[in-house]
Amino acid sequence: MQTLLFLLPQLILFLAAVLVFGIDLVGSNKKKWLPYLALGGALASLAAALYLAMGAALPTEPFLGGMLAIDSFALFFQFFAALVAGVVIISSLGYIRDCTPYLAEFYSLLLLASISITLVAAATDLIMIYVAFELLSITSYILTGYLRDDPKSSEAAVKYFLYGAMASAAMLYGMSLLYGTTGSTNLSSVAGALAGAEASLQWVIFPAIVLLLVGFGFKIAAVPFHQWSPDAYEGAPTPVTAFLSVGPKAAGFAVLMRVLLVALPGFHTDWMALLSALSMMTMTLGNLVAISQKNIKRMLAYSSIAQAGYMLIGVASWDLWQSGSVFDGISGVMFYLLVYLFANLGAFSAVIAFERATGSNKIEDYAGLMQRSPVLASTMIVFLFSLVGIPGTGGFIGKFFIFGAAIRAEFYALVIVAIVTTVISAFYYLNVARYMFFESYSNEETHIKPSLALKIALVVNCVLVLVLGLYAQPFFQLVEKSLEFLHTL
Amino acid sequence: MNFPVLSAITFIPLLGSLIVFFLPKDKKNWIRWTSTILSLVPLGLSLYIYAIVRENPGEMQFQEVYSWIPSANIYYRMGVDGLSAIMLVLTALLSTLCYYYSIYTIEKRVKEYYFLFLLLQVGMSGVFVSLDFIFFYVFWEIGLVPMYLLIGVWGGKNRIYASIKFFLYTLTGSVAMLLAIIAVYLTTGTFNILEAAAAQPFAENFAMAAAAFWAFFIAFAIKVPVFPFHTWLPDAHTEAPTTGSVILAGVLLKLGAYGLIRIVLPLFPKPFAFYSYNVPIIPILAVISIVYGALVCMAQWDLKRLIAYSSVSHMGYVTLGISAAVAGSALNGGEDAVSSAILALNGASLQLFTHGIITGGLFFLVGMIYDRAHTRMLKDYGGLGNKVPYYYGIMMVTGFASLGLPGLAGFWSEFFVFRGTFGVLPVFAMIGVVGIVFTAAYILWKIIQHIFLGEFDQDKWDEATHHAELTDMATFEKVTMWPLVILMVLVGLYPTVVVGLLNGVSTVLLSN
Repeated sequence: MQTLLFLLPQLILFLAAVLVFGIDLVGSNKKKWLPYLALGGALASLAAALYLAMGAALPTEPFLGGMLAIDSFALFFQFFAALVAGVVIISSLGYIRDCTPYLAEFYSLLLLASISITLVAAATDLIMIYVAFELLSITSYILTGYLRDDPKSSEAAVKYFLYGAMASAAMLYGMSLLYGTTGSTNLSSVAGALAGAEASLQWVIFPAIVLLLVGFGFKIAAVPFHQWSPDAYEGAPTPVTAFLSVGPKAAGFAVLMRVLLVALPGFHTDWMALLSALSMMTMTLGNLVAISQKNIKRMLAYSSIAQAGYMLIGVASWDLWQSGSVFDGISGVMFYLLVYLFANLGAFSAVIAFERATGSNKIEDYAGLMQRSPVLASTMIVFLFSLVGIPGTGGFIGKFFIFGAAIRAEFYALVIVAIVTTVISAFYYLNVARYMFFESYSNEETHIKPSLALKIALVVNCVLVLVLGLYAQPFFQLVEKSLEFLHTL
Repeated sequence: MNFPVLSAITFIPLLGSLIVFFLPKDKKNWIRWTSTILSLVPLGLSLYIYAIVRENPGEMQFQEVYSWIPSANIYYRMGVDGLSAIMLVLTALLSTLCYYYSIYTIEKRVKEYYFLFLLLQVGMSGVFVSLDFIFFYVFWEIGLVPMYLLIGVWGGKNRIYASIKFFLYTLTGSVAMLLAIIAVYLTTGTFNILEAAAAQPFAENFAMAAAAFWAFFIAFAIKVPVFPFHTWLPDAHTEAPTTGSVILAGVLLKLGAYGLIRIVLPLFPKPFAFYSYNVPIIPILAVISIVYGALVCMAQWDLKRLIAYSSVSHMGYVTLGISAAVAGSALNGGEDAVSSAILALNGASLQLFTHGIITGGLFFLVGMIYDRAHTRMLKDYGGLGNKVPYYYGIMMVTGFASLGLPGLAGFWSEFFVFRGTFGVLPVFAMIGVVGIVFTAAYILWKIIQHIFLGEFDQDKWDEATHHAELTDMATFEKVTMWPLVILMVLVGLYPTVVVGLLNGVSTVLLSN
């Protein structure tokens, strides 16, 4: 019973997914209210996660045969996944209704994908990680190709699938190397078996880490495992793009942190070097290629690649002994993820609103948006400034913690790349701002009126981005609490 | 608990921007007058602060400390001394004048305009009262965003290029500064500017100190701007709307110099003195700014661009004064060197104020003539003296103040800077003084002669301006200019009203 209670957030999501799917099967008329049921499920799951975080005594040991750990770290991501699902459902309401008659399956898949994010974050066993990862991948593939009459959507799904299959295979190979060396798939047992034998086992563990990073890097869209993402982001229905840019990326970071910190702390010099290299490539390529993008979805795709690069800095400059201080690296990553959630989902909500009104995703069509829809333009600019990292928005605090960690770790090369690319990123983010505010628009159809749901999504995200920037303390405490599992290492 | 005066000064404009945000877009006059009248509150409060701080200008007063992000040791920490008080008065005064002037000159997107301008004032005032690095940094950057939008939306032809250039230049400096701030925190364990200065970060490690010093210096030098980081300025100033140029020249440039005095000077005295005296990179750059800026003015036919370059030249005096002050205090040259140093720093900080009112005034004047003629080319003008005598008179006073005529404000700051610098860096003072000659030349020859003197040629005027009507200053324009003119004369005749406060700060800063 107790176990079921700990799994309450997942169970609620699962129940909602099954209900949405099942009710749709029964009876013939289209059920317009099903999305709201899905939304209710996401909110209930959020409440359950909150309840567990506030009151319940969490299990100290992993359970279900050591497969899952419901610790505060896992709760953070349950919270995160339910939020992502909620915001994506709100912003997708009109969009999905207009482009496909198959509503129920969409929302049910979205909820299943959210469950898989929570499972990935809670998994403490390589097998469980793999299973949860695949669940996330498969639901994401289907969601990407959801508009099956749209060749771009199908192409995106196929590309995503092919890359994903390769990455999963590589990751599984890495896992098998770990298992072969240690005889266990449990993360802490792996760590125990490796303790003290770092030097003698490096020849096998190093390739294992590289292979694992292929799988994780694919999920977080780190260069050079990012090639799928611009096409998948552009082709997928925009709400799915919003989901992909945040949900799976967070899952990737969760598993990256848990596996590296719990199972492989002894090899930290190896993975820190690898992650630094990945991070530099990711920041550089993501930001540089984003400059030339004409389509806002592609631009945001490259931007989200670049953002992953900044977060990788935090993991790369982790320091166990600093754990709990603001500049320990990992706290910065968690905080950054939180900011990124609101800023990126907000930006995509604006893109959805614009696309629904004009049918266009071209950046140049955003000209004069400030006059055409002040809500849309003024919230969008806040999201863009947060992605740049301008103070007053959460993006600044996130970058501040992460850059601070890198300076503390004395990774100056990483820091220099980070600040140079930050300045570059300002250029393409402000390019959108420039069209919205400075350029005049020519066409006749002037005003854009976002739906109420989208307005709510925009304003709530915008307020949260500002709150994270101006009153970061409670969120930072949340992050600190979520990292308590580190103290037991 | 006392009334939090500094928070009020900083955040009342924010309140104003929220009010503007909720006012309907077509109530233009409501928006304009609410902002203008509300801005009198920070102006009044900063005058009150001026009156109190006068008593004891060297000490940090009106301190407010609240915890903000305790986990990261970041505090909401404010305080003022004489220098901050003067800068607060300047900021509040120029902002109020800009709101007032805009009532009659801004018709396009009024609501956004006032919303952004009020936000800009929050950023500027905040920088001058912050005593915590992160708090300082937040205000520093917050001012950047509205200015970017002001240039981009309300600017001239080339506004888009100018706005992004302004933003990227400043951002580059800012991120470098952020890294240095973090590095200082990691050695001293505090974000408190005063405590960090007392702890002398990297005192043992000159290489690290120099690296952190340059990171800060470049961030501030871009804003000042010091040659060769000045190239954003002519574009931004020229393309910005009149009020934008006024604030840019009047306050935003001062943020950089203020940062040099408040942060770089006390935190990194050793590298600062080293690069001011032993390897005199900074005075060299300052002198280049002075002479090069003035020479460009001589060759410039676009009136607004000319004033923009004159800022490069005039802000060079500030940089020269600060570096002479640092060098003088580190010299161990006895009392002479110290008194020269204090004099130079007084001159530099006085120049912040005088340049603020004079160049602010000049940009207003340029805006006024541009609104009539729609041309900024000096060659299109000529013989306006008889046509617009009132305007001619005000321009004469402001121009003479700018070239440093004794009896007007600009004289004292230049005099102090050069008097102080002669005691420490005589060679640079001698080269720099040449700048004053050029300044007189371009003010008299280019501005006064080309615009006002000679015969007025109606045909040429009609052709250049497409039959623009030439009227003398309107009442609102007189109201905008008079406070500035009065200050120019007042500070010119009795500089102690400002220097009294600055001297206290300079003495404290250089005695440590």
